[in-house]
Amino acid sequence: MATKSLKAQGDELAVSNKQLEILNGGIFADGELPYFKDKINQIGQFPLRPKKLEVLQINVGYMCNQVCEHCHVDAGPDRKEIMTRETMKQCLEVIKNTGAHTLDLTGGAPEMNPHFRWFVEEAAKAGIKDFIVRSNLTIIRANKKYYDLPDFFKKHNVHVISSMPHWTRGKTDKQRGDGVFDKSIKALQELNERGYGMPDSELRLDLVYNPSGAYLPGDQTAMEKDFKKALKEDFGIQFHNLFAITNLPIARFLDYLIASENYEDYMYALVEAYNPAAVANVMCTNTISVSWDGWLYDCDFNQMLDLKVASKVKHIKDYNEDILNDRNIIISQHCYGCTAGAGSSCQGTVA
Amino acid sequence: MADSYYDPKDLRKFGKITEWSEELGTKFFDYYGKVFEEGALSAREKSLIALAVSHVVKCPYCIDAYTKDGLQKGITKEEMMEAVHVGAAIESGATLVHGVQMMNKYNKLSM
Repeated sequence: MATKSLKAQGDELAVSNKQLEILNGGIFADGELPYFKDKINQIGQFPLRPKKLEVLQINVGYMCNQVCEHCHVDAGPDRKEIMTRETMKQCLEVIKNTGAHTLDLTGGAPEMNPHFRWFVEEAAKAGIKDFIVRSNLTIIRANKKYYDLPDFFKKHNVHVISSMPHWTRGKTDKQRGDGVFDKSIKALQELNERGYGMPDSELRLDLVYNPSGAYLPGDQTAMEKDFKKALKEDFGIQFHNLFAITNLPIARFLDYLIASENYEDYMYALVEAYNPAAVANVMCTNTISVSWDGWLYDCDFNQMLDLKVASKVKHIKDYNEDILNDRNIIISQHCYGCTAGAGSSCQGTVA
Repeated sequence: MADSYYDPKDLRKFGKITEWSEELGTKFFDYYGKVFEEGALSAREKSLIALAVSHVVKCPYCIDAYTKDGLQKGITKEEMMEAVHVGAAIESGATLVHGVQMMNKYNKLSM
């Protein structure tokens, strides 16, 4: 289990160009596997174009209290990139003037940004219908200054989406670190106590499942059923939906694939599972991703590969929806991850 | 050319068997796909049965495929190993139950 980010280790994969070199070279450059561009060209979807903006996803910093093995952000306690209040104000201006109905706050652990609560309070006033915080759960139990987060979430009707790799301690701790499972269970129970995740509750609690290794997620409905049964029976925990997300070959997950000699097989599995029906609904078509320093990307994954939007408007301070919507979405071979099987997005399957 | 009889990469080519006999290959894959659909047994239960049988028929491709399939379905390693033991128990039981035939023959031939 790594304790430092790739960046802190000085690993060559911390550099996005190196990752892109791998994703665009090897088995793809050799012609063994088709480029994603060629694949979507066959169904008339190249270049991929955006639809109406629905989701503004904001990464408020790469700092995290965990160092998960599969993290495509390469987040961790040693990452100091944090969104300033000034950039948050620029985001708020956009929120007020855009048609986006969902605000999706991510990290790192978004709660570790010192301006997090201020931002939640200000954004809540801006008419967003669905205000999501992607919580790793353990942050709620990490330090007493975070103990009241469940009450804070409830007060502002925050939609909590939490990571949960498995319903067993062993698999969860292996991916996320020793003790993560027990802390996550405690945090989920605390959220349940506030009414989160109850069948008829408006306080939304969803879980995100990422496979703990070099394989694709199984059927989302079946996984949700298994998660609900096990968490209810073992710990009395309830939640609304489970989102099964495919791990994309970026940052630490790419590093793991290469180190474990699974990279080629994994890319074969992604390409083999390519589902043309998923292409039309990939999340980059209705989402804009904003980085901690205000740059704009087609999705969170492109953000980590530093592939800024192909538009004159590249920064939140210059935001203009009309100009931004007239762009081609940047793609590479990691995009196979979002079109595999039933498709994958931050909201689960798309096909 | 692989220097062993089994090359893990050959599993990727399984679908190509259809190229040399399209009708039979297609019928097999249709049947195979139907068998593993959710039915009276769950897809999860079928995956564990397939994993146990993979060991009994000693098919390395099948072991790789159904270990991965089990992981995708959230099956734990403890469940997987229990399934393998079920297969092993049946396989060894099948050997041992023939001991009765041996005993019968021995007794018949002995004074």
